[in-house]
Amino acid sequence: MNSIAAEQLKTLKISIYRYDPDVGNKPYMQSLDIDIPKDKDIMVLDALQIAKEVDPTISFRRSCREGVCGSDGMNINGKNGLGCITPLSEAVKGNKLELRPLPGLPVVKDLIVDMTQFVDQYKKIQPYLITEKVNDGKEIPQTIEDRDKLDGLYECIMCGCCSTACPSFWWNPDKFLGPAALLQAYRFISDSRDVATEDRLDQLEDAFSVFRCHGIMNCVSVCPKGLNPNKAINEIKKMLIKRAV
Amino acid sequence: MAMNGKGYLEASSLPVKEFDGIIVGGGGSGLMAGLQLAQSGMNTAVVSKVFPTRSHTVSAQGGITCAIASADPNDDWRWHMYDTVKGSDFIGDQDSIEYMCQEGPATVFELENMGLPFSRTEEGKIYQRAFGGQSKDYGKGGQAERTCAAADRTGHALLHTLYQANIKAGTNFLSEWFAVDLVLNDSKQVTGVIAFEIESGEAYFLKAKATVLATGGAGRIYKSTTNALINTGDGTGMALRAGLAVQDMEMWQFHPTGIHGAGTLVTEGCRGEGGYLINKDGERFMERYAPNAKDLASRDVVARSMMLEIIEGRGCGPEKDHCFLKLDHLGAELLHKRLPGITELSKTFAHVDPADHPIPVVPTCHYAMGGIPTNVHGQVLTQQADGSDKVVDGLYAAGEAACVSVHGGNRLGGNSLLDLVVFGRSAGLHIEDSFKQGIGISEPTNENINESLKNINRVNSSLEGENSPKIKKDLQEVMQMSFGVFRSEENMKQGIEEINTIRERSEGLHLADKSSKFNTARVEALELLNLLEVAEATAICAYERKESRGAHSRDDFPERDDENWLKHSIYFKGSKEVSKRDVNFRPKIVQAFQPFTRTY
Repeated sequence: MNSIAAEQLKTLKISIYRYDPDVGNKPYMQSLDIDIPKDKDIMVLDALQIAKEVDPTISFRRSCREGVCGSDGMNINGKNGLGCITPLSEAVKGNKLELRPLPGLPVVKDLIVDMTQFVDQYKKIQPYLITEKVNDGKEIPQTIEDRDKLDGLYECIMCGCCSTACPSFWWNPDKFLGPAALLQAYRFISDSRDVATEDRLDQLEDAFSVFRCHGIMNCVSVCPKGLNPNKAINEIKKMLIKRAV
Repeated sequence: MAMNGKGYLEASSLPVKEFDGIIVGGGGSGLMAGLQLAQSGMNTAVVSKVFPTRSHTVSAQGGITCAIASADPNDDWRWHMYDTVKGSDFIGDQDSIEYMCQEGPATVFELENMGLPFSRTEEGKIYQRAFGGQSKDYGKGGQAERTCAAADRTGHALLHTLYQANIKAGTNFLSEWFAVDLVLNDSKQVTGVIAFEIESGEAYFLKAKATVLATGGAGRIYKSTTNALINTGDGTGMALRAGLAVQDMEMWQFHPTGIHGAGTLVTEGCRGEGGYLINKDGERFMERYAPNAKDLASRDVVARSMMLEIIEGRGCGPEKDHCFLKLDHLGAELLHKRLPGITELSKTFAHVDPADHPIPVVPTCHYAMGGIPTNVHGQVLTQQADGSDKVVDGLYAAGEAACVSVHGGNRLGGNSLLDLVVFGRSAGLHIEDSFKQGIGISEPTNENINESLKNINRVNSSLEGENSPKIKKDLQEVMQMSFGVFRSEENMKQGIEEINTIRERSEGLHLADKSSKFNTARVEALELLNLLEVAEATAICAYERKESRGAHSRDDFPERDDENWLKHSIYFKGSKEVSKRDVNFRPKIVQAFQPFTRTY
């Protein structure tokens, strides 16, 4: 922020979770006073970039800085969200901003978590269209109404905010698929072009994959894209129950 | 071999991972090439510095332009070709444009079959919207609707679909790996790359018979850009350091509608759906500049018109430094259905709901038309002393990093996604074919490998000097000031001098943090060196192209000069000199389109 005059700045107390595996010491919270613009409502990611100018060793992921790539999911003053689209006016409480890694996943360094388990669960649901279409150089027709069924499902950016806010995922991250993967499972179940619905349901039919969701709804309250994984999970549950009776 | 402390990496102790083919970059073109190779059963790795779905393709909004004849049953790929050639201001290669426009429909239907959730028409076909520079019947039939869309999230839908298809195909990902430099053997064939796993800091020689650079754009050379923070021209930097040529680097597209102050993109699809630009008087000023196409003139034309409005005092806001994009007349329902992402972005970054208020917008650096020159098969070309092309064995490039060149001096909206998938695949196809016939790439020596370790060793062993963030900021400032929408000799000369100083400073670049694990400061330092190569190439090519064409607009040479400059510019890092290369006017099927004065 070197181009901004001092009188246009104010101080923000930022507290960042630090863990350096190279050093191997215990994690701690680092407090920094950073200068931020007085009259502009910057994003949490902008504040973090300013903090990194003060201490270049602070590590976090970031890419698109507009809420579509899903890199910078983090725990912001106790709530999971994306740093790049969370304005300080919304996040900061009592001039304090506390940033921690997404909960429930192993921490690699500072705000960077190991997403392997999250991605593995996603891969389990066969996250691709299964059709019997032979390549004839044409599209598979789909009505506007059928396409509308994918809205609210396909927009997931795989940031991990929902699954890492879910107590059921914290307890059974290997067996409960978690809200993100289940939202995608329902995205393909709902697609009129997909022919593998029964197959997909077969694979979800156990005590853990879906049914460990107890409707706590944290996923819904944190999703930065305004999606509703809980609703998708309930729809899957209904389909499974309907099949069983 | 872990990078820790000030230790040097040495070829003799550097571990090697060997593949048939490696692809550097996990965006649209990289994933398309990866898919092709994985399906062919080759031992392939996609090396990406971010998890693939974090790549910048995800930010593409409006769509993928292609004559699939959904909106208009009579649509013709040749009309698309005509528009693209005209849009390029006639320095797009017509063999490549023909290939892209003709191959496009099959590729778009393939993506749909893969699962891409395109929006639909009443007949259940893929929805297509109007975009800038599109016409029917070779410019004589009025505005076309040729851009296939998944609402205004087409890039996201495309990238996720390709990632999913790669999971299905079992592609091997080296996710969060940073590629540093190409490794060339004594015959100047490319034998792979030096790369490190970001999480562990372990460096490797990734050896392959075919290497694809699919590293995307470099918009971060400018202070204000729609590009992701990761768009740092890594492949272009690697090619330049390896002594290879880059082409048309002066050609940077400024997108008319970046959100004022934030730089985030607002799709041209907004204007395609009926939105338009206004100045401070509420005048729809594009009617004056482009009486026929109006707000859907091509991007270079619209961006210049906006800048003229601002320069002449008709800009909006207290500083009169932007224009407004008016959408409220389209109604909340259409905005919700067709432009939901824009509504979200506008609320977040401009604090306005476009259903009620216009969005403040300003031309913002968006896309590199230039890059690493290739033929239609993605094979990288370099220029020999006599001016002739030479294929660089073992090296391919695709997507924004490449210059094939389908965009010439100005890219049409919706053509970048098409470029990615068509040429990502064509590179994959050529590699597959070459493998069947047998590729002869000889081994690199330890000396060759050590040469490619120089750059990273210099950064790792730096003892004192300047940190990268400040140098990067100054570089972005110079590029913004001297190489923007309008360029002048005086200004560019000063810009080049300032870049020289920045280069000197970068020689003393200091990486203070020498830790090995997930060291983002190291990644950013290496990215800065790539940005610097791209910026310098841009500056020198812009200075040397003494005409105005496409996105390159000079006060001192305001006219297009076909006699001297109906040419590609070619630049090498070593000599810092610019030479010319012939534009291809030999399409295979249609007659070549000859240059004429562009009006919209």
